[in-house]
Amino acid sequence: MAARSIIIGTLTFLLVAAAAPALPQWLVSLATVAFANALVVLGLVILWRAGLVPFGQALYYAIGAYTVALIGRYSEMRDVFLMIAAAAVLSGLTAFLTGLLLARYREIFFAMLSLAMSMILYSVLVKTETLGSTDGFHVEQPTYLGYAPQGNMHLLVLFWLVLACGALSALLVSFYFRSVAGSLAVPVRDSEIRLEFLGVSVNRLIHLNLVIAGTLAGIGGALAAFAVEHVDPDMSYWTTSGGFVFVTILAGAGSVAAAFVGSFVFELLKSIAYDLLPGTWQMFLGAALLVTILFLPEGIGSLFVRLRRRPEAKAMGANMGANMGANMDAKSTSVLS
Amino acid sequence: MLLTAFAIVTDGLVYAAYLFLVAVGLTLIFGVMKILNVTHGSFYAFGAYGSAIAVGIYFDQGFPAAGGFLLMIVVAMAIGLVLGLVLERGLLRLVYGKDEVVVVLVTYAAFLILEDVIQLIWGTSSYALYQPLDIAGNIDVGGLSLSGYDIGLVVFAMLVAAGASFALKYTRWGRVLTVVIFDRELAAAFGINVSLVYTLTFVVGAMLGVLGGAVMAPKIAVTLGIGVEVIVLAFAVVAIGGMGSVGGAFVGALIVGLCRAAAVHLVPQIELFVIYAVMALVLVVRPQGLFTRAQPRKI
Repeated sequence: MAARSIIIGTLTFLLVAAAAPALPQWLVSLATVAFANALVVLGLVILWRAGLVPFGQALYYAIGAYTVALIGRYSEMRDVFLMIAAAAVLSGLTAFLTGLLLARYREIFFAMLSLAMSMILYSVLVKTETLGSTDGFHVEQPTYLGYAPQGNMHLLVLFWLVLACGALSALLVSFYFRSVAGSLAVPVRDSEIRLEFLGVSVNRLIHLNLVIAGTLAGIGGALAAFAVEHVDPDMSYWTTSGGFVFVTILAGAGSVAAAFVGSFVFELLKSIAYDLLPGTWQMFLGAALLVTILFLPEGIGSLFVRLRRRPEAKAMGANMGANMGANMDAKSTSVLS
Repeated sequence: MLLTAFAIVTDGLVYAAYLFLVAVGLTLIFGVMKILNVTHGSFYAFGAYGSAIAVGIYFDQGFPAAGGFLLMIVVAMAIGLVLGLVLERGLLRLVYGKDEVVVVLVTYAAFLILEDVIQLIWGTSSYALYQPLDIAGNIDVGGLSLSGYDIGLVVFAMLVAAGASFALKYTRWGRVLTVVIFDRELAAAFGINVSLVYTLTFVVGAMLGVLGGAVMAPKIAVTLGIGVEVIVLAFAVVAIGGMGSVGGAFVGALIVGLCRAAAVHLVPQIELFVIYAVMALVLVVRPQGLFTRAQPRKI
């Protein structure tokens, strides 16, 4: 089962990477941004499994983005891997520090404190002239181990990089989900007290999850900054965080792949809605979110799971089987109840 | 020096009045229904648009000035009634019993939809309601020229605060509300119609949010996106004071108002920073806010 999803994942990854040069340019650049943001969503999925929804994940996203932007502006270093590593370290470190506090909080207080933290960064960015103030500033194009792509190649190489980062993170996160620490996330949501009695420090577990999610968000922010070639304080505003949570709900916490599919669908919906209904695209997105919460509480990802389970349910005969399957999904895969 | 201090206090009070008016409805809804209502930003925006247009037309007709201020409140009540009923009956009813965080997202979705509804109704242009400020005039106090409208705003906010705490403590409805806040299931067991209480609370909370926008309309440029900013500010005030407490919203508004005014006059760069820094600090030290009792932990 696990091996099969890894094989399917690898094949999809290679297929998308190979198809990229043949795809229209707008689609590639849309997918670049979408998959960069998918890393943030992946982090939110990790937290969501433990029942946590931060309304301030944009904090780490913006730190990642500003890190690469500032390196490009104030130093001669242009290597993409070093820059992303710097972004990952800085955002991970921030997540570690904020996590010292955040790990003690749950539910609405967790959401509020993370919101406050991201708004602190926003207020600093908006008022700091040297960081571009409200306008933000331009992000220099990176080089890839000394190779500097020209023209259209630039977009393509960046897309491959984002894809590789995404695939690697997806793989690592799915390993993490199978590890002891990773599989304890769902019990955290069900009953912390039970876990504490078993000798597990829930706060330390959540702290670890926060650092992983923050690092992923930082890498996502760095990649998004390269893709958009611009950073501004809106990257740390609460609406950005809200957008990430939105995609997480849309995708569902069912699987690692859902984060990528969800993020891609979201960017696609957004640009289609923006083209067709310029004045009412937010309404369209809001309605999509409502429909998802009301009718697909496990997210779009649950559609696939349901399809996969259907034959099994039939084999078991009665409705009971389907119910049991649905319950198992709810227990093992998602946080919405 | 003294003048600066005086300016900080007056500016702070005016800003606090505005924050309180916006936050009181939010805290009421959270206290009773445990819903962190993101659509509160839309209520504010609807209030600002509705009042800017209705009251603007009223003054253009040359009717007596006092009626204009009354109309502002009436318009707010009407808009709040409609919006509150539609949202509570049509949407929130469907998601009661779900996770608190999921309900926040539902209100977030409704907020996105309402943002575009505003654009559909009133378009992308910006509105300004200048007459009330002109009519209220200016008053010189100790070398500072204060706007009469600002003073009225502070008085109005204090009236709302006094009215709300009186209603909660001394009226039958207020006591019913307190019971529901304390324990919803127990209240239902004693025959209180909790569903009706929810609807009424949400409508009153919506009216207060709309009212906040309506009275602020003369002081701001009414344009797209005003709700986005208000909602985080209101969250900050409510988190500082304690979610669900009217007294907390009052103190939270005062703290944020005075801190921001001090920052504006002394270190303008940290104007926004100070608000969220205070919010984070209070959440760290007292996560339940300054003015709520610690809740017994339910398992």
